[in-house]
Amino acid sequence: MKKILSLKNVIISLIILLAIWQIIFTVSKFDSALFPSPFQAFQALAEMISNGILILHIKASMYRFAIGYISSVIAAVLLGLILGRLPKVFRYVNPILQLLRPISPMAWMPFIVLWFGIGDVPAIVIIFIAAFFPVLLSTVSAVGGIDTVYLKVSKNFGIRQPQIMWKVIFPAAFPQIANGIHLALGTAWVFLVAGEMTGAQSGLGYLVIDARNNLRSDILFADIIVIGLIGLILDTILKAVERRILKSWGGLD
Amino acid sequence: MYINIENAEKTFLQNGKKFTAFTDVSLSIDKGEFVCLLGPSGCGKSTLLNTIAGFSPITSGSIRIDNKEIKEPSVDNVMIFQNYGLFPWRTVQKNVEFGLESKKITKEERRKIADKYIELVGLENFKKSHPHQLSGGMQQRVSIARALAVDPKIIFMDEPFGALDAITRMKLQDDILSISKQEKKTIIFVTHDIEEAVFLADRIVIMTPNPGKIKCVVTVPLKGHRERTASDFLQIRDKIFELFNMKHDESIEYII
Repeated sequence: MKKILSLKNVIISLIILLAIWQIIFTVSKFDSALFPSPFQAFQALAEMISNGILILHIKASMYRFAIGYISSVIAAVLLGLILGRLPKVFRYVNPILQLLRPISPMAWMPFIVLWFGIGDVPAIVIIFIAAFFPVLLSTVSAVGGIDTVYLKVSKNFGIRQPQIMWKVIFPAAFPQIANGIHLALGTAWVFLVAGEMTGAQSGLGYLVIDARNNLRSDILFADIIVIGLIGLILDTILKAVERRILKSWGGLD
Repeated sequence: MYINIENAEKTFLQNGKKFTAFTDVSLSIDKGEFVCLLGPSGCGKSTLLNTIAGFSPITSGSIRIDNKEIKEPSVDNVMIFQNYGLFPWRTVQKNVEFGLESKKITKEERRKIADKYIELVGLENFKKSHPHQLSGGMQQRVSIARALAVDPKIIFMDEPFGALDAITRMKLQDDILSISKQEKKTIIFVTHDIEEAVFLADRIVIMTPNPGKIKCVVTVPLKGHRERTASDFLQIRDKIFELFNMKHDESIEYII
């Protein structure tokens, strides 16, 4: 019942969105080359699906996203587990992180292109940076917040490093780490498009620039819809995974 | 004696001030004894238990178990906590096996040992459950099974039934008493519940706060299973109430 209701909500809100779009299109004086109607956008979408261009760009983007995001999550979680256990070291690392964190990954773009050229790498690096800090900081705080009774029990039963790390600390911190991983997904997806707009010759971000250069606002809108949809799907998947984890950890009842 | 504590003292620095958790503690405990540390909060009984278990060192004096100075926790001396200390991501079975994972035994042996103690605490139907699916009393049973599985010599219990309702608590008291006799373990049990101490202990160590000190040690002359309503039980309970100055003097004014 809950699912049907939420589906109903989604459909109605989409209809409202399309209606607003159509109204703006009808009443505004924009040329349809500058502001397409929903119908024109969906026509462009159908065209890109049928000639196979869209799937090529989606593949390119997903490849970069998977590599950048997954490698970033692994690196950030590993480093976070270590730093979380070394609060004295973290006291010196934290100021550096706090300094680097608010810098938009895009600010590094000129350097990234100079160092790595164009192609897949710049977008991957941008996604890596975008996901790295939220995952790292949530891992450190998760490890620091572990119930000390778990560590006492482990010590008592003679479980030592490195077992204590993967048998106790990692699983104990995992629900909060999973939350950080989930939140970083959205940020990483946002920066994928940004990264591809400047450093790539393919992908959904590149398609934005390509459509602009060819004055194809219908393709541009179609692309934007696809970017939003994929972001939504990824988020839904990770939300479901996170819920499952929380449930088997006893956090949800 | 098996456990020897001599002139033990534990102090902390609290906001730059020295705080004495307990001082001048001397106590000897025999093998197989059930000893309760009894006192109000702040008397240092939990801190004392933690130092005997090796979780934090004493500031001065000595604590020796089997003639060895205690420096760190050991799998021979297992602590059971008030909030159970179970791992929520492990099933009952895997929680009980946890302590066995540092021992050099095969998976099958591990399972067999765990099975035996899960049965002993009556949870054989909940092996595949996770802790959050169990009641508080059942969770504490799991942690008792986990402790017994490593076949420790001493079991420390830090107000283990403090979070349970009165009826569950009495049931677990019955169980821990019969388990302690059956498995022949030395048990040191911290509580602030006088009746609980009288029901369980061979000896009750009475502690007072500011600073934490042993006031006296009461030997409980009851053997084996005890009746909570029997007159000898009530007598001992009354005596301990008196020791805490909890019994009001009968005043002549109340007599008409």
